[in-house]
Amino acid sequence: MMTRQQSKTQGINRRQFLATTARLSCAVALAGGGIATVAKSQPLGPQAIRPPGALAEQDFLSACVRCGLCVEACPYDTLKLARWFEQAPTGTPWFEARKVPCEMCDDIPCIKACPSGALEQALTDIDQAKMGIAVLIDEKNCLNFKGLRCDVCYRVCPLIDNAITLERSRNERSGHHAMFIPVVNPDTCTGCGKCEHACVLDEAAIKVLPPHIAMGKTADHDTYFNTESTTLEMLNKGFEL
Amino acid sequence: MSTAKVNQARFAEDAIRELGWWKAHRFLLLRRATQLTVLALFAIGPLLGLWLLKGNLSSSLLLDTIPMADPLVTLQLLTAGHVPEASLLIGAAIIGLFYALMGGRVFCSWVCPVNMVTDLAAYLRRRFALPRTPELPRQLRYFMLALVLLLPVVTGIAAWEWLNPVPVLYRAVLFGAGAGLGLLVAIFLADLLIVERLWCSHLCPSGALFALLGKLSPVKMTAVNAKDCNNCMDCFVVCPERQVLKPALKGANPMITDSDCTQCGRCIDVCAKGVFQYKNRFTFQDNPLQKSPRIAKKAENEQ
Repeated sequence: MMTRQQSKTQGINRRQFLATTARLSCAVALAGGGIATVAKSQPLGPQAIRPPGALAEQDFLSACVRCGLCVEACPYDTLKLARWFEQAPTGTPWFEARKVPCEMCDDIPCIKACPSGALEQALTDIDQAKMGIAVLIDEKNCLNFKGLRCDVCYRVCPLIDNAITLERSRNERSGHHAMFIPVVNPDTCTGCGKCEHACVLDEAAIKVLPPHIAMGKTADHDTYFNTESTTLEMLNKGFEL
Repeated sequence: MSTAKVNQARFAEDAIRELGWWKAHRFLLLRRATQLTVLALFAIGPLLGLWLLKGNLSSSLLLDTIPMADPLVTLQLLTAGHVPEASLLIGAAIIGLFYALMGGRVFCSWVCPVNMVTDLAAYLRRRFALPRTPELPRQLRYFMLALVLLLPVVTGIAAWEWLNPVPVLYRAVLFGAGAGLGLLVAIFLADLLIVERLWCSHLCPSGALFALLGKLSPVKMTAVNAKDCNNCMDCFVVCPERQVLKPALKGANPMITDSDCTQCGRCIDVCAKGVFQYKNRFTFQDNPLQKSPRIAKKAENEQ
């Protein structure tokens, strides 16, 4: 039956090579679609906080080698590498502020340990970190809003009177007491999570959220972000603000 | 059925009788020792506070000074468009150079922890004489390698690191066991029940990259006593890349030049005739005593 002449070349001939290559390419492309789907379908959870200096999430995922050097450098066991089905993509460093917040070391050992630049070496002042932004998310259950003086979140804040201030206002319910309302300044909050960790409620009323969730964004054409100091003259003359 | 049973009962029997059990398993035992030692050197940090090695195989720091990094993950970052810190690039260069000198897939057989899982599957296959399954093309791993390096271009993230079983196993041991270990169970079962040596010899992109790195390595497994071979086939039974053996045993060049060879040394172990040895490519070829007529014939053919 073997009428076809055997190829004189060693191994396989061109037709076999092309057929195999096409077949393997298809199989591998399918596998690639699967891998990409798995990788893309696991976004960072809304309460998963990245270490200080972390790049924006997409850039972080292209930079992090998941070696755990930052985890091992963290003296407070704050950071951990995500396991499967946790809130962060597998193997990447994160922490839950409610469990162990960031202690904001002055020398930032996690950034120094990072070999890949997923944590930016440029960040040398931990007070400039933007791990997230604390948001007093539940005014209904917050004890201060009930007219009590809790203030725990205010007092544990490493940047007390700066990242969190207590704003005094009249307690309309009693008519003669004051309410001390914690207010977060998003410009200075580092997102360390100490307030969330310390909140006395069963479920924290103040939570650290990633900046892209915590912050709104004005439309690009709206340059008048500081309306209080914007004058009619500036508007008429089109001054740069 | 009976022939399979007979063959399996006789596997490496001659070698064990000739060399003794220890010597007929020396490279297997040495490899297990190095694999577990490397893992232990990483593990004593978090467990005992002895920080000789920090990190894991993806990137690590030896004695707080020497960086080491996995070339594959480093390449993924580069194709994703991220330029890492110098320490990662230096680390990847150190590891790349090391395996270029020592033999690329030395990583696979002497360091990689997944090798223990897949060797166990291969052992069980042999022990229970499971039927040979249709072979997959072995160049599939190079397509996998291309895929792993292309995915970051398309997705913008180092996508393979979600599934890469080597760091999955290391992270499970060093940073607490996770559901990722299910991936290793899957690899074990696939190796055992679907295709022989499915992961390490057909799919693993890390192995493919290390094979490329080791193309020019001076260390090569060599059938120095090919003339003594009595065709017992024990080396073929145990070799994870058995296609590399025939050219060395029956061809013109007794040196295994195919970079698929993991240099695991099991062929040395199981051979009662002492056919195989680790050889330095340069000294071996320079030694006129070693030049067999076959090499001379090959040289003739090439002219």
